[in-house]
Parts: sequence; structure tokens; C-alpha cells
Amino acid sequence: MDFISFSIICVKVLIVFAVTMLTVLIMIYAERRVSAFMQGRLGPNRVGPQGLLQPIADGIKFLMKEDIIPAGVDKPVYLLAPAMLLIPALMTFAVIPFGASITLFGRNIPLQVADINVGILYILALTSIGVYGLVLAGWSSNSKYPLIGGLRSSAQLISYELAMGLAIVSIVLLAGSLRLNDIIANQQGYFFSWNICKQPLAFLIFLIAIYAETNRLPFDLTEAEQELVGGYHTEYSSMKFAMFFMAEYANMITGAALTVTLFFGGWDVPFINESSMGIPGVILSILSFAFKTAFFLFLYIWVRWTFPRFRYDQLMNIGWKVLLPLALINIFITAGYLTLVTLN
Amino acid sequence: MATIIKSYEPTFWDKLYFPALLRGLLITFKHLFRKKTTIQYPEEKLIPPDGYRGLHRLNKDAKGRIKCVACDMCSAACPADCIDIIPGTSPSDLDKERYPVSFEIDLLKCIFCGFCEMACPEEAIELTEIYDFSDYTRDKLIIDKDGLLEVFDKTKENNYYSDPGINSN
Repeated sequence: MDFISFSIICVKVLIVFAVTMLTVLIMIYAERRVSAFMQGRLGPNRVGPQGLLQPIADGIKFLMKEDIIPAGVDKPVYLLAPAMLLIPALMTFAVIPFGASITLFGRNIPLQVADINVGILYILALTSIGVYGLVLAGWSSNSKYPLIGGLRSSAQLISYELAMGLAIVSIVLLAGSLRLNDIIANQQGYFFSWNICKQPLAFLIFLIAIYAETNRLPFDLTEAEQELVGGYHTEYSSMKFAMFFMAEYANMITGAALTVTLFFGGWDVPFINESSMGIPGVILSILSFAFKTAFFLFLYIWVRWTFPRFRYDQLMNIGWKVLLPLALINIFITAGYLTLVTLN
Repeated sequence: MATIIKSYEPTFWDKLYFPALLRGLLITFKHLFRKKTTIQYPEEKLIPPDGYRGLHRLNKDAKGRIKCVACDMCSAACPADCIDIIPGTSPSDLDKERYPVSFEIDLLKCIFCGFCEMACPEEAIELTEIYDFSDYTRDKLIIDKDGLLEVFDKTKENNYYSDPGINSN
């Protein structure tokens, strides 16, 4: 690898990191504002125009807060847990293509940090590692509520990751590849070539599972305030708490981006061949990706204020007795269809 | 006789859940654009309805003289015992025998029940719509006769909060 390709990758890493963090800030603001609007309130509107500087004020506040480490905690694990959650959350975005590849000075630059051929496996592996952060935070806090929160998140992971993985398998069957770029290429074309139209059932299963995966309502049992005080992060304060916060939002962003990539054609705009249009096409594809992702981010907040939290047994019931069989049936049908098509 | 109440049997449509979920989403989406109920307090103030029981005032008659005759009826009616009146013989410019030399209300004790205005035979004491009169010391929240008469000047014309001059600062 020559020096220029290396620096291109570095620039891409920086851009992706900066944009993700910026989106986290926007999401913190949007979460509070949209929540308020849905409840007939105004929300934060004092810091800066329309309260836009609120997340920065929040961040400064977190930094200034006293960093309390409770006496009974398992210190090394306690300190490690927030990082174990945040780093995978930020790393996941690396394989997601956020635009059509761009040609600059004779170089073809894919708008994706790492184009690995097992992209989906990479994402599934990292999101599972992220749950270690939650479990370890709950365990090391040496307190009953965080422990219950951590245990819940691991149980939730087992019951949802399975259905989610199987939903993804049906997409992989269609695309014939684990590379996210191939999956997007498979959906190129007109609107009905998006996987949402080919695999509506897989989309619903995936959407439900991604909400459980990111610990968002209606599946936020790991941090259910009314039962568990704050869940796994009860004993955390200051910037460590902020790291959990950022990780949650980073996970949401990745989840939304993944939904878009797998089911809504990624950066694809229907009826337009972006790759042949040069720079305007690339910009259009990035905008299209951003718009779709923004919609799914909004959907997180929207769903949060619409549906009540599931009870724990209900969550297990849905995961094991509804989503898993449905996902299996979906794979069966998809595989059967593909076999028939290839036979002819 | 025991009656059998048939519970609602969910239909297939109900068991799908998604129509209901979508309806729920639609309701919250509509709420997104509803009028907000928040009143941004220091900039805009709630105008209380007529009959609101806020800060007290001592009424003046048409010639601008105090109406109160220091009969102590309000003080006697007060369940919180917050009204303290020292009566005296009135000076010659008042055409009545008694008047309050001092009239103090402890606003921290007052429960704003309005019994004082009901007990008053002269319609001299009244509760106004003013609700934001907090202060930093207990002493400042004991309102005296001059203060009560000043409240009358502020509120006799129209609603205290409908005056744009007050809302702007």
C-alpha cells in the first residue's frame, strides 16, 4: 500500500468518526426536542439558537462533574466497561458504505472505510462484543440493579441476535455475498429492487431485533428506569456515564445505517445510476444515504414515545416463539424460491 | 345472580398487532405538530382567569381613601392567622371613625383561601390575580398597608398580566 492510499484511508476514518460523533450530538438534541414536541412541550431551547448548543452544554457539564468510583466496585473492569461499549459501537460503522465510489485524480475511492468481504459478520461480531460492555458494567458495579440490567442485556442479546442473524441470512441468500457493497449492488435499480420489497418479513424481524439490540424502547429492559434505577450504568458518573450515552447513540446510528444498507438500497436512489454521473451522483448518493438514515433515527425516537416497554417474559416470548420461527420460515421460503429459480 | 361478562376476543386482525402499532405511531406523529402547552415564563406569563386568588390588595374609595375600617373581621376569619391589624381613630379627612394604623399580611402564612374578602363588610380587602411575588427574605414577604394599597393601584384598571409593559420585563 503506497502512502497516498494510506492517507486516503486515514482521512476517511477521520471523516467517519467526526460525522458519527456529530450525529451523536445531533441525536441527543433531537431526542430531547422531538420527545418534547410529542408531549406538547418545547424542550431545550435556551442554549444557542433553538437550543442547538444544548448537547455541547451537556458535554461540558459531564466533563465538569465529579467522577465517582464507588468503594465496592471491581475497579479494572469498572473502568474498562465504558470503553468496551463505546469502541465497538464506533468501529461498526467502518464497513458501512455511505456513498457511491468516487473517482478523484484517476483514483477510485470507495466511500467506505474498510471494504471487507465478510462485512455483515464483522458487524454482528462487534455488536455482540458491545454487549460485553453492558454485562461487565453491570457485574463490576457490585450493585443489584446494574447486575440485573447487565444480565437482562445478555439474555436479550441471545434471544434477539438469533432472529436478527436469520433475517440477515435471507438477505445474504438474495445477494449471494456477505460484502455490504454486493448487497447494495444487488438492490440497485428501481424502487422494487430494494430488499424491503423483496423481504418485508425479514425487514420487520430485523427492525424489531435492532431495537432490542440497541436497548431502545420498547425493549430497553436493561435500563428500565422504573425498575432498575438506571440499569447497567446506575453506578457510573461524569464522563464514564457520557461514554455509555454516546455508545448508545452510536449504536443507534449504526443500527439505522445498517437497516438502510440491508433493506433500503444503502445510498441507492431509485431509477438513477449514480456511478455513471460522476461527482453530482456521488453527492446525491451520500445525501440519499443520510436522508434514509435520518429517517430511521427519527423512527427510534418516534417509536420510543409511542409504545410502552415490554415485560421481560413478553420480550422472551416474542424473541423465541414469534421472531425465531418467522425468521426460519422466511429463510425456508427464500431458499426454496432461489432453488426453483436456479433449477429452471 | 352471577353474570357472565364475555371478555373481548381478539380477531385475527388484532393479533397481527401491526395495524394497531401503526395507528399508535400516527397518533404520536400528529402530536408532533400540536400547539405546545409550554408557557415560557419570564417572557410570557399566564393570564389567570377571573376569580383567581393571588396577592391581596386594600381597596380605595372613589376619593382615593382607604376603605378599611379596621374591624378585624378578616383577621378573625383567617384560618392561617396571617393578618395583623392595629386599629386607630381615623384622621379628620376620613369620614369614618376607625382606620387601620398598621395592616400587615404575612404572605408566607397565608393560604389564599379568600375568607378575608368574604368576611369584609366594607369590601376593602380583595385577592388579586398576581401570583409571582416571591422574594429572597421572609421579612420582604410581610406586606404592609402601603404595599397593599400599591397593589390596588396596580390592579384596579385591568388584569395585571394583560398589561404589555409588565410582560416585557
